Parts: sequence; structure tokens; C-alpha cells
Amino acid sequence: MEMPLTLAACTLILISGLPGLFASRRAAWGQITATALVLSGSLIGLASSFAVLATGRVCITSLPGIWPGWPLHLRMDGLSAFFAVLIFLMAAVGSVYGHGYWRQREHPTTGRKLRLLYGVMLTAMVVVTLANDAFAFLLAWEIMALTSYFLIATEDHKPECRQAAWVYFVATHIGTLALFAMFALLHEASGTFLLSPIPARTCAGLKTAIFLLALLGFGLKAGIMPLHFWLPGAHANAPSHISALLSGVLLKVGIYGLLRVLTLMPDPPAVWGVIILLLGGLSAFLGVAFALGQHDIKRLLAYHSIENIGIIFMGLGLALIGVAAHRPVWVVLGIAGCLLHVWNHGLFKSLLFLSAGSVVHSTGTRDIDSLGGLAGRMPWSAGLFMMGSVAICGLPPLNGFISELLVYVGLLTPVTQNARGWSSIALGAVVLAVVGALAVACFVKVFGAVFLGTSRTALTQHARECPWSMKIPMLILALWCAVIGVAPMLAVLPLGNAASVWIGHSTGAQRLHGVIPWGILTAVNVCFAAVLLVAFAAVRLRRRAIRSPRRATWACGYVRPTSRMQYTAVSFAQMLVTLLALVLRPLRHGAVGGAVFPPPTEVESHVPDFITDHIAFRCWRKFKEWMVPVRMTHKGNIQQYLLYFLLILIALMCSLVPLWSLVNWVMGR
Amino acid sequence: MNNHITNILIQIGLLVFMPPLLPGVINKTKAAFAGRKGPPLLQPYFDIYKLLRKGMVISTTTTWIFQAAPVVTLAATFLAGMLIPFGAFSSPIHFSGDLILFVYLFGLARFFTTSAALDTGSSFEGMGAAREVTFACVSEAAVLLGLLVLVRLSDTFSLTPMLLAPLSHPLEAPVLLAAAGLFIVLLAENSRIPVDDPNTHLELTMIHEVMVLDHSGPLLGIIQYASAMKLLIFETVVLHLVAPFHAGLPVVDWPVFIIEIIGMSGVVGAVESMMARLQMRHIPTLLAAASLLCGFGFVLMVR
Repeated sequence: MEMPLTLAACTLILISGLPGLFASRRAAWGQITATALVLSGSLIGLASSFAVLATGRVCITSLPGIWPGWPLHLRMDGLSAFFAVLIFLMAAVGSVYGHGYWRQREHPTTGRKLRLLYGVMLTAMVVVTLANDAFAFLLAWEIMALTSYFLIATEDHKPECRQAAWVYFVATHIGTLALFAMFALLHEASGTFLLSPIPARTCAGLKTAIFLLALLGFGLKAGIMPLHFWLPGAHANAPSHISALLSGVLLKVGIYGLLRVLTLMPDPPAVWGVIILLLGGLSAFLGVAFALGQHDIKRLLAYHSIENIGIIFMGLGLALIGVAAHRPVWVVLGIAGCLLHVWNHGLFKSLLFLSAGSVVHSTGTRDIDSLGGLAGRMPWSAGLFMMGSVAICGLPPLNGFISELLVYVGLLTPVTQNARGWSSIALGAVVLAVVGALAVACFVKVFGAVFLGTSRTALTQHARECPWSMKIPMLILALWCAVIGVAPMLAVLPLGNAASVWIGHSTGAQRLHGVIPWGILTAVNVCFAAVLLVAFAAVRLRRRAIRSPRRATWACGYVRPTSRMQYTAVSFAQMLVTLLALVLRPLRHGAVGGAVFPPPTEVESHVPDFITDHIAFRCWRKFKEWMVPVRMTHKGNIQQYLLYFLLILIALMCSLVPLWSLVNWVMGR
Repeated sequence: MNNHITNILIQIGLLVFMPPLLPGVINKTKAAFAGRKGPPLLQPYFDIYKLLRKGMVISTTTTWIFQAAPVVTLAATFLAGMLIPFGAFSSPIHFSGDLILFVYLFGLARFFTTSAALDTGSSFEGMGAAREVTFACVSEAAVLLGLLVLVRLSDTFSLTPMLLAPLSHPLEAPVLLAAAGLFIVLLAENSRIPVDDPNTHLELTMIHEVMVLDHSGPLLGIIQYASAMKLLIFETVVLHLVAPFHAGLPVVDWPVFIIEIIGMSGVVGAVESMMARLQMRHIPTLLAAASLLCGFGFVLMVR
């Protein structure tokens, strides 16, 4: 029953943009229909995915494919449903948000295209999680990649938008190539294109090759550190609800792929886990460090996605090491932390992108230091952004704390169990603590600079609070963050069924109960109650505060402080950027001082991404040089391409001729 | 059981009523070193009481964050105090993994305190907030490494058994190294000399005090109370590592604990009297040294 419902939901979302194509450019009904279709589809999809998550049932079906004789095999288990829940939720939230953010009336040329591709991309993502054979997987994967390319390039009249989309296009195709090779090798190992476990006697070299290709292909999509070069640009330049979708869901599909392929591998060696753990630690640290140096609010959030993907990878790495070292406790903690952080990051990062989007929408700038003092004009956005910040920093009592706690305890466990040689895993917890403190620094910087203090430029003068169509989606996300934070008990059953492949069917939830201190539930509840109680007392305080006199901020006796005296986001992060100068390599143009009465001068500083700027682009340039001979064949002439098609067709038909028997016959003579 | 409840009540009582005594002891010690008479021992109590009754002046640029921050800080600090054992007695709240909650509660407090500082739009307060978050990044590593030593020693993730573990390994080298590291963190986190000078009037050189320049009246009272409570909590943690001796009798142990805490405050006061404040750019080095001390302790443990 769940599978047909999910497919119905997919169909509704898939066609959501179609009716709008027949609407006129200025008519609003196309957008309303699309939202209604996406909403109904998402609700059905959520219901069916939750049903699978609650029961742990596995549904299998096959659809007659586009080409005869090759049906598309679909399979829905706990892991698929866990990711499908996130996709369906984001579909609904983003679609409603788009109503206020990307109004058809204001964007007559791009609105219809955006909604059509939005539906197709979400459907493709759901199908990726359901796919049970290589063809269905790659087909959906490629559709997802192409539609997200066009979504990033929504505002293709801007050069930086085209550039970002182009980099993404290249990155995603490198990934897809790696996946083609990986599925070919999987077929080599298991003898079928179905995603079925490969036999244990497969040679180690083949398994390692599959693992490395999966890491490359899925790592590129997930944006793990050395492979992240496409991510910040793409997230910054897409419309905000698309950025939320990219960061909240698209990256997670990469994680899903990696998890799915790893479940097919019999006894993974410990070194795989170590590689993933190290990549995760590197990604978490460098992600947050680069975020500190950003001036663009959406770029900053994008770097935080890299950080959180790192935390997810750390959980996964620990689980893999646990499998190799036969430590079920590490597996349970690692995989539960990894999966719960997938949900949590999807929730709070989307919340942050959407509230940042409402700032961009009302002020028209993404530059943090051009904003300031918006909390007065946009109290809802400010409060929701603050909530997202508290959650992403992993602070109690919100959801980020719960998943980080699982990863922390998992990383600390090797110290207690007297596991020879594995104690060094605990250093991962120290990395996580530093990352946590850096994240607090970064989010205080962006929250303080954008929403608190006084306004820095005229851009904020006319800022207005976003409409309800944008507020409600954010409120829903905030509610999810609070519920998972305060009552983590509710997440145990879904987690247990999603991780059942790793921690044993049917007993998954019980194992989770046994291993993880769900007593945390009570404690965090107590914490929350305490905060609420004291906040109650604060109401009385507030009454006194309202009556108390208002004066200008203390400035050592100077009575007319201006906004230019206020600390900027750049100065706030400057100490940390200097401390981390070895890895960040900040650039500074211009100089201050000199004469006794210095003339007006300009100083500019920024933190370039050395992996993008130096390694990725340099490789790209080298590659272009090498490929000059190949470019000769690409003249952009359509007749020529038709000729290529014809040649390929002839070659394929030739392959049908039993050439080998011909050769044998000749040899036999 | 009855005993248990009594001990919990005593701990909550101490957590609520004892904090302002500690700055009083520190000030008295510093006065003694300087050959002055100094303010009365109970002066911080009078100060906080006076502040709570006063009116306040609020900056026109601020929002509700500015007023919520002291309250959230106090709630987080109080909850953190409930997680650690006082003396030889189990803490009121304990579960496996509470050490992470302990560390992150101070993170929550830091988030709100620094946000409130930025809320005023003052350059001084922004400067203080920037320093606070920067130094916290380094001290966080030290705290976690120090706790790792205790995790290893006790084989648990709960602060009560962790902090009581030195009882069975009194004054071993890893524990003492961790204690030294955590003592440096204590000085830094509680804005004492050599990291910060709570008495200076030069806004440019301060960290914690400069963040709360604009808070007045009851809000300032709450901030001072919460920071005294934080001092009590950190002193208790370090005390468990350096003085792991208990009689096993509540009648003896509670007075001993109070005396020990007062002695510890005296030590903090003595350090303040004998040292000068470090240059701001040397503070990360000091905190890195704290991380190294704790890290060496951990290496000794796992060998």
C-alpha cells in the first residue's frame, strides 16, 4: 500500500508545474495550482513514508520501463523512507515559501520554469531513494542533476549565476561518471544490475575500487571537503528556497547513495571508516573556518553545510569502524548520529536559508556588513534565524544538540572500552568541540551583524517583515527543530527502522534504547522547563524594563554614537581569521595609516577558498589545454552532431553482428 | 534515600546561596596581599541585592535579546551546576552523556551573552564579544581533553562518576596535568587575571566586563550572580581533581567542601595578586598551553 501511495505522491509533484505552463505570464493561478499539487503530494508522501518508517516494512515493485524488457525496480525500506520524509517535507515547505519569495507577478519570465523544474527535481530525488537497480538510480540521478543545474541558473542573466551553475554542472558530471563506473563494477561483483549485496568472496581490490568510486561520486554531491568546490557558489546564487532545497536535501541524497552502497558491501575494512572519519573531521573544521571569513550571508550558510556534512561523515566513519572492529555499540551510536544529523541539518539549515532569504528579499543584498538592526523591523525573521542558529550550533534544547550528542558519545566510547589502538578516535570529539565553538562564533557574528545593533546602510530602511506565506514554512521547520530537541524519544523508532540494515532488523529500536542515554530526554526537558520558568520571571522583569528610561548606548561619554562606530562582522571575525591564517590565507588589499593626518583610504579583505581557486580551477584550465584536440570535433554544428549519432548507431548495430564467430571462423581456417 | 534527598537539597542550597561569597573571598585575598583592609566579605551579596532593587536604563538600539540574555545565562549556568557533584555526593541530575550537555550549556550562555553585546551596537561591546568567542574556541579544546582524561579514568560519560573517579586514583600524574589545564580554563572562563581584569576601567582591555557595559540594575545583578555561580562550578570541578579525599560522613564532608571552595577562591585571589594581566595576543597561547597539559594527561592515560 505504501508504494503506490508514494508513487501517486511523486506523480502529483511531478506534474505540479505543468498546468502553470498554460497560464499567462502574469496570472497567479498557475502558482496556486502548483503549490496545491505539491502540498497534496507531499502530505500523501509523508504519510506513506512515515508508515514505512513506523512499521519497518519493505515494499518492492517494478514499473514497466521506458524501453521494453527493462522494468524499473523500486524498493522502499526504512532507509529510503527516512530520506523520503525529508524530501517530501522540504517540497511542501519550499513550495509555500516560493509563493511569497518568487511571486509569479514579480518574476514573470522565470516563475513558470522554476516551478516546473522544482517538481521534476523533487520527484527525481524521491525516485533516487526508491531505486533498486542501477538504471533507475542513474536515470533519476541524472534528471536530478540536470534540473538542479537549471534551478541554480534561474537568474541566468547574471554572470556569477551562470558561472556557479556551470561549475556545478561540471562537478555533478564528474560524479555521475564515477557512478557509472561504480555500477559497472558492482555488476561485475554481483552479476546483476539490482542493488543487491555483493558476495563476500569478492576480491578486495574490486571492493576498494567500488568504495573509492562511490566516495568520489557521492562525495561530490554531498560536498565533502576537497570535493566541495561547486557548493558555495551554487548555494549563494540560487533563489533562497532553492538554496534551502540544495543544502537541506540535495546534499543528503549524496549521503543516501553512500549509505546505500555501503550496505551492499560485505565486511568493510576498518580503513574505509578511518578515511571517512578523517574526511569528516577535515570537512567539519575547514567548513566552519571558511564560513567565518565570508561576507555573503548565503555563502556563509553554504560553508556551514560543508561543516555539517563533515559531522554526518564522522558518524558514518565511526559506524564503519565499528562494523570492522565488531563493536556494535560504535555502530549504533555512529549510524544513529549520522542519520539523525541528516534530518536535523535538513531542518535547521533550511530554516536558516529561508530566514536569510526573507532578509535578502526585503533588503536586496546578501552582504552581511550592509545590513544591521533588522530585528526591530523583521522580528519574526530575526527570532526564527536565531532559533536556527542555536540549533545549528548544537546548543540545547534544540535538535542539533541531540544528534551531536550521539556523535560525541560515539566518538568517546572507544576510550572507555579499552579498545587497543582505537583510543585516538576520541580526538574526533575534541575536533567536534572546537568546531562547535567556532560555529557559535560564526553564528553570533552573522546574527549580530544582520539583525542586532543599528542599521549600517540605507538598504535596511525600507525592510519589511515577510508575508505569512513565508513565515508559516519557517514556523513549521522551527517547530520540527523544537520537537526533536525536546522529545528526542520520538525519533528512536524511525531511526531504528532506518538503520535496521546496520543494527539488526526488528531489534533496531530496542538496541537504540539500550545503548543511547535517552535519559537525556528528561534532562533536556528539565532544561527547557527551567528556561521557560525563568523566562516567566523575566516577564516581570520585562514589565520593569518597559517602564525604564531609554538612552543611547554607552560610548564612554560620547552622547551621539553612530552606526559607523559599531563593530562590523569582519572585525568580529578578524581575531579568529588571524588565528587560523595558516589554513584560511586571508587576502588584504590596501593599507591604513602612514602620515600623521592619513588621507582617506580603502582597505579590503577577503578569504578566498584555496581549493576552489587554486586546485579546482587550475586543474580545469590544464584539462582544457589537454582537450584542445578533442574540441576540434565540437564545432556546434548540428549536422555534424547528427553525423555522430549516425556513426554511433552504426557502431551499435555492428556490435550485434556476431563478430567473434567470424574471428573464430577465420582463426579456425 | 532520605540521605540522598537531603544531600541534593544541600547542593541546591549551596548552588543558590554560596556563589556571591567567592568574589568576596577573592577580593579579600587581594586586599590582604596589597596590605589593604578591603571590602567586607559579604559585599557581593549587598551589591547584587542593591542592583536587583534598582531601576535600569536601556539602550534605544536594543531588542528583547538584550534583556533575555542574562536570564538565559543564569538558567543555563544553574542547570550546569545541577550536573556536577558537590563534595562526595552524587549530582541531582546525571545520565550517560551529561558531560556534553555541561559543555554545551556554557555554549548556550555564550551565544546569548555575546549576542546581547552586539545588540547594543557599541564598538567596545562588539570587541569584547569577539574576544570572548575567540578565546572560547581554544579553551573548549582544553575542556574536552581534560574531560577525556576523566572519561578514561572512570569508563563512563557521566560527570558524577567521572569527577569522583580521582578518589580511587588520588593525585596521579594525568589527573594533575588535567587539573592544571582546567585551572587555566577556570581563570579564562571566569574573566580573572592573567586573562582578563575584572576591575579595570579601560574598556579596550577587557573581555567579560566590557560585554555587559550597557546592562544595568536587575539585569546587571543577574549577570554578576550568574558569573559567580559559574566560578563556583568551575572551582568545584578543579577541586575534585586536586583534593580527592572524603570522609564518607555527610556531617564532615559538607563543611570540608565549603572550606575547600573558600580555599580555592583564595588561591584564585593569590594568583591574581601575584600576576599581571597578559597581553591580549598572548592569551590564545596560554589557552593552547592548557590544551597541551590536558592532552599530555590523556596521552599518559592511553599510552
